[in-house]
Amino acid sequence: MRARVLIRPKAGILDPQGKAVERALPALGFSGVSNVHVGRLVELDCEDPSQLDRLCRELLANPLVEDYEVLA
Amino acid sequence: MRIGVITFPGTCDDVDARMAVDKVAESVALWHADPDLHGVDGVVVPGGFSYGDYLRAGAIARFAPVMESVVAAAREGLPVLGICNGFQVLCEAGLLPGALLPNTSLRFICRQVELQVQRTDTPFTSQCQVGDRLSIPSKHMSGRFTGEVPEDQVVLRYVDGHNPNGSQDDVAGVCNEQRNVLGLMPHPEHAVDLLTGGSEDGLKLFAGMAAAVAPAAAA
Repeated sequence: MRARVLIRPKAGILDPQGKAVERALPALGFSGVSNVHVGRLVELDCEDPSQLDRLCRELLANPLVEDYEVLA
Repeated sequence: MRIGVITFPGTCDDVDARMAVDKVAESVALWHADPDLHGVDGVVVPGGFSYGDYLRAGAIARFAPVMESVVAAAREGLPVLGICNGFQVLCEAGLLPGALLPNTSLRFICRQVELQVQRTDTPFTSQCQVGDRLSIPSKHMSGRFTGEVPEDQVVLRYVDGHNPNGSQDDVAGVCNEQRNVLGLMPHPEHAVDLLTGGSEDGLKLFAGMAAAVAPAAAA
């Protein structure tokens, strides 16, 4: 199975990358954009999807500060 | 007494850490792929970029064969000092609470910082007084401490105006519940000689560690 895992900073944890994007937007003429958060997407081929959750928890994400979600 | 210093691929502060250890004890090189701790009385996990930090600082190093032995020995009470990337590795390994996130500035920061000693009931700070100020270089990209940590496990704080990375509550160094594992972002191994370090304050942490393991070595 081709799996896609979305990893994002947990709500409430300062996301300086998102803030940097937010601050850059007005200079490019964009307005009305707020609440930007930057995460990452990991794509992988996985023979046994039942191990995906553990794989995310133990390696791909740090569950203390990041949320992860296996996308369908 | 003998204190081991781990080298991972990408470690760059192991040589300075060994020089610092050699001022107070005998240093022993430990290799990431070798699970044998060679009977050392303490371990330093030094700074650098273990395995390139490609996924997340410290995330891969925690699976190194040597770390499995360090985790087991630390749970038995072995003193372990994690500096910078070593701090990140110890958090990822679950030996220390919290996590280290990218600096609020998103930039690599390199500067001398002032730390204040909060606790002296750890081996590493046993040669200090509460309130002592240590002047130590700091250099990192991901040093923003975040996480739930009991106040009595906060061992070092950045002095007001010296927090280089946006760490929560100015936390610079934390220990585990047992108090035998300490992690800090600034680099005490670079502050052991006035010629190059700006101060010798970092030596106090190594001296404390050596003093703590000395009775064990003599037994």
